[in-house]
Amino acid sequence: MSILVNKDTKVICQGITGEQGTFHTKQMVAYGTKMVGGVTPGKGGTAVDGIPVFDTVGDAVKKTGANASVIYVPAPFAADAIMEAVDAGIDLVVCITEGIAVLDMVRVRRFMEGKRSRLVGPNCPGVITPDQCKIGIMPGHIHKAGSVGVVSRSGTLTYEAVDQLTRLGMGQSTCVGIGGDPVNGTNFIDVLELFQKDPATNAIVMIGEIGGTAEEEAAEFIKKNVTKPVVGYIAGATAPKGKRMGHAGAIISGGKGTAEEKFEAMQSAGIKITRSTAEIGKSMMEALQKV
Amino acid sequence: MNIHEYQAKQILAKYGVSVPKGRIAFTPAEAEEASRDFLAEAGSVCVVKAQIHAGGRGKAGGVKLAKSREEAGNIARELLGKVLVTHQTGPAGKEVKKVYVEEGCQIARELYVGLVVDRSTQRVVMMASTEGGVEIEEVAAKTPEKILKEFIDPAVGLIPFQGRKLAFGLGIDKSLVNKAVKFMTGLYNAFVASDASMAEINPLVVTKGGDIIALDAKMSFDDNALFRHKDIEEMRDLDEEDPKEVAASRFNLNYVTLDGNIGCMVNGAGLAMATMDMIKLSGGNPANFLDVGGGANKEQVTAAFKLITSDPNVKGVLVNIFGGIMRCDIIAEGIIAAAKDVGLKVPLVVRLQGTNVEQGRKMLAESGLNLITAENMDEAAQKAVAAAKNA
Repeated sequence: MSILVNKDTKVICQGITGEQGTFHTKQMVAYGTKMVGGVTPGKGGTAVDGIPVFDTVGDAVKKTGANASVIYVPAPFAADAIMEAVDAGIDLVVCITEGIAVLDMVRVRRFMEGKRSRLVGPNCPGVITPDQCKIGIMPGHIHKAGSVGVVSRSGTLTYEAVDQLTRLGMGQSTCVGIGGDPVNGTNFIDVLELFQKDPATNAIVMIGEIGGTAEEEAAEFIKKNVTKPVVGYIAGATAPKGKRMGHAGAIISGGKGTAEEKFEAMQSAGIKITRSTAEIGKSMMEALQKV
Repeated sequence: MNIHEYQAKQILAKYGVSVPKGRIAFTPAEAEEASRDFLAEAGSVCVVKAQIHAGGRGKAGGVKLAKSREEAGNIARELLGKVLVTHQTGPAGKEVKKVYVEEGCQIARELYVGLVVDRSTQRVVMMASTEGGVEIEEVAAKTPEKILKEFIDPAVGLIPFQGRKLAFGLGIDKSLVNKAVKFMTGLYNAFVASDASMAEINPLVVTKGGDIIALDAKMSFDDNALFRHKDIEEMRDLDEEDPKEVAASRFNLNYVTLDGNIGCMVNGAGLAMATMDMIKLSGGNPANFLDVGGGANKEQVTAAFKLITSDPNVKGVLVNIFGGIMRCDIIAEGIIAAAKDVGLKVPLVVRLQGTNVEQGRKMLAESGLNLITAENMDEAAQKAVAAAKNA
C-alpha cells in the first residue's frame, strides 16, 4: 500500500512535446512509471519515445485509460491544462509548473468544486511511491521503499530529507510535494489524512515553511486525528518580515506566518520538531525508536 | 511588484473608483504649478505627498497641507531628496524622488477597505473596518472583530449585497450606501483585472459633501501575471528596489539582500531558507537569500556567484546544491567560470549532493580553486561560519 500512486497508476503527460515534458517523461519511464500517453494540442497522432500523443486530455483518457496526469505546460497555459484534466475526470492531477498567476489558481479551485479530481501542486516536485511510481521531477535514486510518509511544501528540501532517511535505512511509503504557492490543490491536512489511513505508513515527516497558516492548521489536525509519530521542520526561521523568499507563498505578512509560531503549534500538537535541517533523518530515527 | 500611490489611483480611477484629483511633480516648481488648480477657490487647501513604496508616510512627515502655491513649493523643496524613515522602510529609509500634489477634501469619516487573496478559502477577500487611517495590522491583532470580511466567488465577482453588508456594517449613511457599493465593486474589478495581490484603501474617506473617495491607495501585483499587463509592468520604479535584487531578476534569480556576512547560493527556495537557518544555528548570519532555481544554466550560476561576491559585507560564501533537475556539474562549471572571471577573494565552502555529484566534485577539485568541501548541511554551515570569522 501507499497513497495517491502505485504500480498500477496509468499516467499521461500534458506538455509531453516540450523540453521539460519530454525529458521528465523519459526519466519517469526509466523509473518504472506507467506512462501511457501524452497531450499537446495540435500534435495528436505523433509519438514521443513510442508514447502516443493526443490533442486533448479527453482523447488520451478514452484511448489509454489514464487515471493520472502530470503537467509541464508553461505557466500562462497551465491553469487551462489543469482544468482540462479535471474536466476529463482524471483522478490525480500533478502540476509541476512554477509561476502560475495566483488569480488563475483561484479560478481553477472554483472550477474544481464538486468534481472528483485531486490536484497536487502547482509549483511542486510531484509524488513518488518508491519502486512503484514516480510522477514529477524528483531524483528517483535517492528514494527507497519503506514506511515513512513525507509531505512538504518545498522541492529540494524534500530531497534533502528523503536522502537523510534513506541513508539512515528508513525507506518511504510515499513522498508528496504539495508546492510553494499560496493557492494550491492539496494541502498538508489532505495528505496527513491519507497517511494516517494508509497501513503501509508508520510515521510521517512534515516539512513546512514560513507564510500562511497551513502548518498551524495541520498541527491542529494532527493533534486530533493522527496517531502515528510525526517529525516536523519549518524552513525560514531567519527570514525577515515582508520579504518574499522565492516561493510565492513564503512571506511573513502582518507578523503572521513566522517559523516560531509554526514550531510552537507543531510542538503543542505533539509533533517532534527539529530546528536543524540536517537532523530530520536523525529525529525520525529517534521518534521510531520510542514507538 | 509594488507601485506608487499616484499610479494606483490612476488604475483605480479607470474602474470607477473615486479618487481626488492630483498631479505628480518631480521639482518644487512643478509642485507649485500643480497646486494652482487645487487652490483656485478661496479657503481651499491642497496636499503634498511624498511618493515612496512604503506605508506610514504621514507619521514620518511625508504628507503635508499647503494653503498657497508658495507653501506647496516649499513643502516639495523640503520633501524632495529627503530620506523618509517609516515603520515599513526599515532604518535606512527611502529617498523621496517625487511628490504627488492633490486637492484637499473635507473629511467626515475615515474608514478602511482592502483586498487580498485568502489562502485558507482560496478566494479573494474584501476586508473593511471603521478603524481607518491607522495601521490595519494592529487592528487585526488587537480587535479582530472590527474587521468585516466578504469572500468573493471568482465566478460571479463581488455581489452588490456583499458590498451592502460591508457598507451597512461600517455604519455608512443609507443615502451613501449605493455609492459605497459602487466604490467597492470598482475596487474589486480593478484588483482582478490587473492581477493584483494586494489593494488597500487606507483611509477610505466619507467627505462632508457626501462623497466616498480613496484618500490613499496602495496596490501590489502578482509578478507571475505581469506578462499579461505590460502597462502595469511599465509602472515599475527601479529606484524603489534594491539594486542587487534588480540585477538578480535580470537573470531570473530569486535574490533577497540580508544583513549578515555569509553569502549563500542554493537551489530551491525551501532549501535556500533552510541553509540560512543552518548558518544562524551555527552562529553566523546569512548575507542573502539566493535561489538559483531548478533549471539554472552556467550563465545564471556565474551571475549569481558574481552578485554574491560583489557585496562588500560578504566574508565567506556557502554553496549548497541538492541536484534534482539541477545537475551538480553545471553548478561546478558556473562557479569555476565566475571565480576565474572575478577572482575568489573570500573562503568558499561547497556542498554538492544529488545528480552528477561525482562529476561536479571532480571538476571543482581539479579546478585549482581554493575551496572547502563539505558532505552534509551542518558541516557546510559550520565550516562557512568558521571560515568567515577567520577571514
